[in-house]
Amino acid sequence: MARYVGTPMKRREDPRFIQGKGNYVANIQLPGMVSLAIKRSIHAHAHIRRIDTSRAKALPGVVGVFTGQDLIDGGVGKLPCGWNVPDIKVPARWPLAVDRARHVGDGLAVVAAESAYIAADALDLIEVDYQPLPVVVDARKATEPGAPLVHDDVPGNVSYTWAIGDKAAMEQGFAAADHVVDLELINQRLIPNALEPRAAAAQWNPFSEEMVLWTTSQNPHPIRLLLSAFTLGIPEHKLRVISPDVGGGFGSKIFHYPEEIITPWVARRLNRPAKWVGTRSEASMTDSQGRDHVTHCRMAVLNDGTITGIHVQTWSNQGAYLSTFAPLIPTALYLTLLSGLYKVSGIYGEMWGTLTNTVPVDAYRGAGRPEAAYLLERLADLAAARVGQDPIEFRRKNFIPKDEFPYQTPVAFAYDSGDYHHLFDRVVEMADYPAMRQAQTQARQQGRLVGIGVAGCIEASGPAPSRVAGALGSAVGFWESGAIRVHPSGKVTAMTGSHAHGQGHETTFAQVVADELGVAFEDVEIVHGDTARVPFGMGSYGSRSAAVGGSALVSSARKIRQKAIKIAAHQLEAADEDMVYDQATGKVYVRGAPDRSKSFAEIALAAYTAHNLPDEVEAGLEETAFYDPANFTFPNSAHIAQVEIDRETGEIALQRYVAVDDVGKVINPMIVHGQLVGGIVQGVGQALWEQAVYDEAGQLLTTNLMEYALPRAREFPAIEHGRIETPSPHNPLGVKGVGEMGTIAATPAVVNAVLDALAPLGVHHLDMPLTPQKVWQAMQAAQA
Amino acid sequence: MRQSVTINVNGQRHTQEVEPRLLLAHFLRERLGLTGTNLGCDTSQCGACTVLLDGQAVKSCTVLAVQADGSSVTTIEGLATNGQLHPLQQAFWDNHALQCGFCTPGMIMAATDLLRRHPDPTEAEIRTGLDGNLCRCTGYENIVKAVRSVAEQSS
Ligand code: FES
Ligand code: FES
Repeated sequence: MARYVGTPMKRREDPRFIQGKGNYVANIQLPGMVSLAIKRSIHAHAHIRRIDTSRAKALPGVVGVFTGQDLIDGGVGKLPCGWNVPDIKVPARWPLAVDRARHVGDGLAVVAAESAYIAADALDLIEVDYQPLPVVVDARKATEPGAPLVHDDVPGNVSYTWAIGDKAAMEQGFAAADHVVDLELINQRLIPNALEPRAAAAQWNPFSEEMVLWTTSQNPHPIRLLLSAFTLGIPEHKLRVISPDVGGGFGSKIFHYPEEIITPWVARRLNRPAKWVGTRSEASMTDSQGRDHVTHCRMAVLNDGTITGIHVQTWSNQGAYLSTFAPLIPTALYLTLLSGLYKVSGIYGEMWGTLTNTVPVDAYRGAGRPEAAYLLERLADLAAARVGQDPIEFRRKNFIPKDEFPYQTPVAFAYDSGDYHHLFDRVVEMADYPAMRQAQTQARQQGRLVGIGVAGCIEASGPAPSRVAGALGSAVGFWESGAIRVHPSGKVTAMTGSHAHGQGHETTFAQVVADELGVAFEDVEIVHGDTARVPFGMGSYGSRSAAVGGSALVSSARKIRQKAIKIAAHQLEAADEDMVYDQATGKVYVRGAPDRSKSFAEIALAAYTAHNLPDEVEAGLEETAFYDPANFTFPNSAHIAQVEIDRETGEIALQRYVAVDDVGKVINPMIVHGQLVGGIVQGVGQALWEQAVYDEAGQLLTTNLMEYALPRAREFPAIEHGRIETPSPHNPLGVKGVGEMGTIAATPAVVNAVLDALAPLGVHHLDMPLTPQKVWQAMQAAQA
Repeated sequence: MRQSVTINVNGQRHTQEVEPRLLLAHFLRERLGLTGTNLGCDTSQCGACTVLLDGQAVKSCTVLAVQADGSSVTTIEGLATNGQLHPLQQAFWDNHALQCGFCTPGMIMAATDLLRRHPDPTEAEIRTGLDGNLCRCTGYENIVKAVRSVAEQSS
């Protein structure tokens, strides 16, 4: 029946981008607009004794300079944390720091000027009298006695702790084991680096007292809510938040940021439109960063390869303040994933969320799930080696069998569906894994360092059942809205609370709605990203748009169909139950008499002329649904990577990458493929190159793209990609989510490959990123 | 201190007074309203701002407007002719070579120059040829495909 779902429709958003007509926030220019620039702390930790703005104010072209205290006096509030686990200590975070800076890049003052150049000049004229304070940057060291306190009211720098699983069962599993493998690892900090730096623009209307804020956000409605209720104080009916074209997010544009408060505040204060456009250095120093775990983990196994226990302890670096969803990531999206693809009863995970003098950390593509997958897949390789099994054989031994779904793990999640044996059959076949191993044996005989890495990963996507989220500490629900307005002509406008910043919803959601209603793809327009145009929605993150946002549109389309049936039945003088809605054509006809029918356009017109409607039916044809998912979805993947290491230089060549994913049903295979490949490349970035580096003084040494290595085209072979499909049983589209799966699996697959290459030298673990220097040093040490 | 510059942009002459420090990227975006040229970094790494200066790809964040005085510039807005997409624009669309679209203008301009210099590049040559352009979304694969498909059409 589906005419569009499942087909690789070309994206309708592309014509504007390929012709340079993308509507990014930085492009907004309004008459009288002032440019904003922010003075930022050069110290990781310092008392701010005095900020002298007089010289900056005197510079011609400067319209205003405001400090953190000015903002507080002007009514701004503290940035709240949206995820509160029990006994959490949430330190105060103001839009601009007041008397103490807590990370390099912490905002101190804002300049408004006639041009961006003048604003930048003025920053240099602001004098800040710093008194540097002792600094802590490492998540675990922050908890040691005597460590400097980041916030005086958070003793020991521990903001919260969390644990899950059955400790006694875990201990039993270890007691029964023949072998235990043990790993100290660092999942390094990453800078998301969406290519478009964050930006905000605001316009105040003093007569209607309405504010419009354009912001680079993945979720404009939650941002409006936070602005209204906590930080800016302009009520929701007077505040319109628009998130137009956004140049990538990867999580970093979920959160509420100070500039979203400062920009409208200044616009109102000066009664002029205002715009702040971040630079790359600012993005590096202020976008919430990702990962940063120090972890001790262990896996217990029997001689036959059965996993009997997993124990994980993690110190999770939260940075200097708690970003909007920070506590969610290393708790309910991390420790809950410790079962992986495996059937294990004894799992126990515990973590400490600690504060340091670094940029705040929050969700970054995968968010918690990559950290869990990484340690599990590293442990699996070590355990397989210990019991003398091939890594795939070892994993197969422990897979949850396909007839045990839905499967309740010991760490909260109930997996919806999957067939991990089939998944691995596919990847083994696609890669010709036995041949790869054979070739590797030959290469090794020639003294070459060839490695093959395997990873099998699971993701919990599509957050989340609101009730479950609430029980886990969320301050909000995670349903999604979908509204469909059928116009009198039968043309359709569909509004979604999801937001696209590269995912292509304008295309995929139109495919879904067109199929649900039986109208032409061209007749459906998708609207998103504007609080004045779409119902309250929760936005996009956690691979949730298709599963939750798509399902919301399906729900509202179903309501439209029901109403259309009633109208057609009435006009054709038949009973509702006797009507058939033909989703291929949008025609509604009497069962057994297909020529007694009404077209979709006829019904739409009838709904608006309202001359002849059933008594209980109101005029118009417009429905809204709020879809709350019954469960998360659980995409899963089997990836195989092959690398070769240059013995002389330590350089790693990624020679092959074969991936098979189960992301459930697919709406647009071209877009799904693009998401997976993009995700894989990003995951390889973490394995091999990317790292946010802080020195002991808390200076961030990787504040630009010269110092922070993003993946480049020349470092990759073509990705060989395949899919299997086990539909999610609990959402109407059967989809699971695709945004993050590639990233999650690629990191361990590539690290496992490198360590497989180094295994003959006796190197069993290295922390990421596996730079040539690190690999070379390990080879030297091993051969010494 | 201001200086007068005359720059031909997408076939149109523009004479303006500019500060010597004004970057070509800002001249295009702010003076001429040609916001298709995006800015993704401040150290000339990302290539989002790539335009053609007298036919050669340059990063417009690294060129001063005064340096472009007397030159011709082509931006992404000037690539289509008579409403007809440039073959690379069409190929990017056909091959799903973009997601968020932020790198796209610069990527297409850089690819234009690459094909001018090497009309029939191999996949590997495309990958190295686009080394100065970063994309955080696509993983490059479809970009390479798109460029390759244009080379195939014209060879
Ligand atoms: S903006 Fe010019 S290279 Fe990044
Ligand atoms: S499409 Fe987003 S950076 Fe390339």
